[in-house]
Amino acid sequence: MAKKKKTEVTWADRIFDSFVHGGIRQVAYVPDAGHARLISLCERSSKVRAVPLTTEEEGVAMLAGAWLGGHRGALLMQSSGVGNCINMFSVIQECRFPLFSLVTMRGEFGEFNPWQVPMGDGTARALANAGALIKPVDDVSRVVETVTAALTLAFSTYRSVAVLISQRVIGYKVWK
Amino acid sequence: MQTRFKKLDRRDAVARILKQRREALLITGLGSSCWDAAAAGDSDTNFYVWGGMGGAAMIGLGLAIAQPLRRVLVITGDGEMLMGLGALATIAVQRPKNLSVIVLDNERYGETGMQATHTHYGVDLAGMAACAGFPLTATINSNKALTEFIPQLYEANGPVFCSVKVDDAKLPMVLPERDGTWLKSRFRKAVVGSLD
Ligand SMILES: Cc1ncc(C[n+]2csc(CCOP(=O)(O)OP(=O)(O)O)c2C)c(N)n1
Ligand SMILES: [Mg+2]
Repeated sequence: MAKKKKTEVTWADRIFDSFVHGGIRQVAYVPDAGHARLISLCERSSKVRAVPLTTEEEGVAMLAGAWLGGHRGALLMQSSGVGNCINMFSVIQECRFPLFSLVTMRGEFGEFNPWQVPMGDGTARALANAGALIKPVDDVSRVVETVTAALTLAFSTYRSVAVLISQRVIGYKVWK
Repeated sequence: MQTRFKKLDRRDAVARILKQRREALLITGLGSSCWDAAAAGDSDTNFYVWGGMGGAAMIGLGLAIAQPLRRVLVITGDGEMLMGLGALATIAVQRPKNLSVIVLDNERYGETGMQATHTHYGVDLAGMAACAGFPLTATINSNKALTEFIPQLYEANGPVFCSVKVDDAKLPMVLPERDGTWLKSRFRKAVVGSLD
């Protein structure tokens, strides 16, 4: 079970509010425990269309299409999912599509599962290689402002921007 | 798999499909389907995808959700579709009424030297789409069948999936514009009016 911090409810709810304020209409995701609350808020809302994916790269392509049609979107994924997106990020980079990704980290702060480390440790570098601007956040009090600023950056400057939320914020799994 | 019927000419099939497009929006796959669309005539509402193999149908989904009142066509290759098969499941779950995915199935990776794709060995893309939950699917084997099916691409409650069995002739390239930033801005301005 994830070590639940009371603050999780607060930041997920406030990210959802900043999605609504920021005009986010399509939210694509492959679930991660760290995104559970945000996903359920999106699913329950009539303001955003929550779209479950079979693999994260689908979301990259989908949100390019969304923007072509006038919708802003957000891609929610675990750090492992970044590895599934690399080639599709080339479309974002070549076309200068705005893309906002919210990545919950594994394989870093307090990780127990060694299989999460290779991709988690490489997440920021992989994103950087794929032309994304990276905004890590490891202080719960800065999550919402980081997301809000990243949304502006992505959609105003036509850039791929990824906010990486540390296990320090989400809480790490206690394996018992 | 040996097929006895004469397969369709891809350029002719695409031209006939697009002739009836009116306000429909078009996303292509990379390579040959891009050249086929360009050969049928350029339009501000064509988005030529020169890369991102496996992503065409999903670009179509995001667009179809954003533009529910306009028909969205995706015209791509069998190899491109096979690379993103999960999209069939994702699209079926979303059930966009206005999306039609058309695969030009030459049973080959045409752009890279005509190597056989999985459809050559019998993988049935329309069957996979049907099993995923697409309400209307078809495999088109003749010009007559295509003529009959074209109205469904524009009018049926989607998502619609259609595999058009085309021959594996290597046709001359007809290259559309290739700068991605320019193509995306042109398309968006034509459809939405602004880049904000
Ligand atoms: C990720 C990735 N893998 C491989 C390629 C090389 N490639 C370019 S086009 C193509 C074949 C496309 O086949 P299909 O979609 O069936 O098109 P067609 O047969 O109509 O040319 C391949 C494999 C690529 N561009 N991207
Ligand atoms: Mg092919």
